Amino acid sequence: MRDHPLGQLTLARMREFYREPEAIFWVFGFPIVLAFALGIAFRNRGPGELRVGVAPGPGDSSIAAVLDHSPALAARVLDPAEARAALRAGRIALLVAPGEPVVYRYDSTRTESRLARLEVDEVLQRARGRTDPAAVRDERVTEPGSRYIDFLIPGLLGMNLMGSGLWGVGFAVVQARSKKLLKRLMATPMRRSDYLLSFILSRLVFLVVEIAALVGFGWVMFRVGIRGSVTALALVTVLGALSFAGLGMLVASRARTVEAVSGLMNLVMLPMWILSGTFFSYARFPDAMQPFVRALPLTALNDSLRAVMIDGVSLAALGVPLAIVAAWGLASFSVALRIFRWR
Amino acid sequence: MLGIRCAGLVKRYGDVVAVAGLDLAVELGECFGLLGPNGAGKTTTIEILEGLTSPDAGEVEVLGVPWADREGAGGRALQERLGIQLQETQLADKLTVEETVRLFASLYRRSHSVDEVLRLVDLEDKRRSWVSKLSGGQKQRLSVACALVSQPELLFLDEPTTGLDPHSRRELWEVIGRFRKAGGTVLLTTHYMEEAERLCDRVAIMDHGRVIALGSPPSLVATLGAEHVVEFALADGAAAGLFTADLAALPGVRAVRTGPERTALTVTEVHRTVPALLALLERRGAALSLLTTHHATLEDVFVSLTGRQLRDA
Ligand SMILES: Nc1ncnc2c1ncn2[C@@H]1O[C@H](COP(=O)(O)OP(=O)(O)O)[C@@H](O)[C@H]1O
Ligand SMILES: [Mg+2]
Repeated sequence: MRDHPLGQLTLARMREFYREPEAIFWVFGFPIVLAFALGIAFRNRGPGELRVGVAPGPGDSSIAAVLDHSPALAARVLDPAEARAALRAGRIALLVAPGEPVVYRYDSTRTESRLARLEVDEVLQRARGRTDPAAVRDERVTEPGSRYIDFLIPGLLGMNLMGSGLWGVGFAVVQARSKKLLKRLMATPMRRSDYLLSFILSRLVFLVVEIAALVGFGWVMFRVGIRGSVTALALVTVLGALSFAGLGMLVASRARTVEAVSGLMNLVMLPMWILSGTFFSYARFPDAMQPFVRALPLTALNDSLRAVMIDGVSLAALGVPLAIVAAWGLASFSVALRIFRWR
Repeated sequence: MLGIRCAGLVKRYGDVVAVAGLDLAVELGECFGLLGPNGAGKTTTIEILEGLTSPDAGEVEVLGVPWADREGAGGRALQERLGIQLQETQLADKLTVEETVRLFASLYRRSHSVDEVLRLVDLEDKRRSWVSKLSGGQKQRLSVACALVSQPELLFLDEPTTGLDPHSRRELWEVIGRFRKAGGTVLLTTHYMEEAERLCDRVAIMDHGRVIALGSPPSLVATLGAEHVVEFALADGAAAGLFTADLAALPGVRAVRTGPERTALTVTEVHRTVPALLALLERRGAALSLLTTHHATLEDVFVSLTGRQLRDA
C-alpha cells in the first residue's frame, strides 16, 4: 500500500524536530525553566511582620512586649543611636517613644510605615482599655488569578507559540532550501500544498505537547488553573499556532541561508518579547504606543489567553483580539505563498 | 520518440551565458554523457531538462513532452517518469536511510518498495542509519536510490561520483549499469573522462555552454588520428618549444602539442616513436625530466580541442 505523501512529509518534519535535542529544550524545557524561576522569584509574600522599635523610656519593655505579641508586629527596645540608624535604613518601619503623649516616629511616605502606625496604635490603645463600638470580623481570601505566576503562564504560552511557530516553520524551510533539499523535492511530483501543510500539521501535533507541558507544570507547581473552558483555550492556542506558522512561512519565504533567517526571525520577535505583555503588563507603555502594541499578534494572543485562563471569558467575547491574530496569520500566509522561493 | 531532444537551448545569468545554444538528442535506452570542465554549463543544462530551471530560449522535449506542457498537472505527470539526482542536494541528516527512501517513494504514484531500492543501491545493511552517519559514497548511493525509487524511465545524474574514492565510484557505476540493463535511459554529467568512457554510449563534450564534440567515446578518441599519447618534459623546460617541426617529423607522430610544462605527441605506434624521440633529444643535448605514455582518452580529445586540461580548466 502506498504511503500518503502528506503523512510522510509530516512524519519527516516531526522526526527532524524531535531528533534535535536543542530544539526540544528551547521549545519545551526553556519556558518551564522560566516559569519556575520567575514563579519562585515573584511569589506573593504579603507584607509579613512589620518591624518596629521602642525607644528607652518609662515602661519601654512592657510596651515592646505588648506590641510583639501582635501577630502583625515584631517589636524590640533599641538604644537611641541604634534606633535612629535603623529607622533611617528602613530596618524598622516605625519608632515608638514612650511617655505622655506616646510619640510615633516614622516616614509617612512609606506604605509600610503607615501600616505600622495603624497597627501599633490599635494595639496600644486596646492595651490601655479602648473598646470598639462596632463588632467586626476579618475574612481573609486569596483571589486566584491575581498572582504574578497566574499572569505569567499565559504569557509564556503565547511567547512559546510565537517562538516555536517561527522557528519550527521558518528554520526548517530555510534549512531545506539552503541544502537544496527543497529543490530536490520540487523535482518530484510532490504538491506544494502538501509540503506547506506538513509544517502546519506537525506544528499542531507538537502544539498539544507544548501546551500540556506548560499548563500542566503551572498547575502542579503553582496551582495555576484554567478558569475558562478547555475547548476555548484549545481553539485560541490552535489559532495562535497557525497564525505564527504563517508568519514563520513569510519570514522564511525568500531567505537562502539559515543565518539570514535567524536574523529576520529575531527582528520580528524582539519587539513582541518586549512590548506584548509577556512578562509585565503592556499598560505600562505610553498611551501613544498602545494602538501599535495592541495590533501586534502576540499582544492579541496573550490578551486572549489571559482572558480565557484567568478571567474565564468565553470565545464570543474575544472577537477583536482573535480577529487580529487570524488576520496576521492569513495576511502573512498569503504573502508568503506569493513570494515563496521554491528552489 | 526520443528520450531527450533540445535545440538552440540558451540560459543566461546576468552577463554570464551558462548555456549558449545547445542541441542534444538522446535515444531511449541510451546512456548519454555530458562531459566538460567546471562551469561548462552541464548543471544548468540538466536542470533545464529536469524542469527545475526555465530556459531563456530554445526547444526542450523530454520523453516526448514539450516544455509548454510541463506546467501544473502535466509537469507532475512527467516528473512521475523521471528519476533525478542533483549535484548539491544534502538529504535530511536526522532521517534514517529507510525513512528517506519511504518519503520519496510516497511522493510517486508508482514506486519500488523500500527493500527493492535499497537492494538496487546495495544499502540494505544501512537502512536504520541516520543519513548523517553515512560515508560520502553511501550518501551518494542513497541520493541515487531516491532517484530510482519511482521506477523512472529516464534517469538524470549530475556528477554522481564527484568527490568519491575509486571504490565508491565503481560501486555507483554498478548501480547505473543495473539500471541500464533493465532498459532505462540515462543522462549523466561528469568531468571524469574515465567515467564517461566506462558508462556512456555517447558523449557530448561541453565547453562554455556549447557542445564542442559529440560521439561515442571510441569515435571521439579516433578523431585524434592516433591511439597513444607520449608526453615528455625537459630538464631545462625552456627548450621545449624550439623544435616542433622536428618532433612532427618523427615516425608515427600525428600531432604535437606544446604546453607550458610538457610537450604531448599523439602517436600511432609508441615503439617506433619513442626511440626516435630519445635519439633526437640526444643529438640536441637535451636531458629529459619526464617521459610517459598512455592510451589516448577523452581527456586528450578535450585538450586537443581547447588547449586546456579537463580537470583544472
Ligand atoms: N544560479 C546561477 N546564478 C548565476 N550564475 C550561475 C548560476 N548557475 C550557474 N551559473 C553560472 O553558469 C555557468 C555554468 O554553470 P554550471 O551549469 O553549474 O556548470 P557545470 O555544472 O558544468 O560546472 C557558470 O559560469 C556559473 O557560474
Ligand atoms: Mg555542475
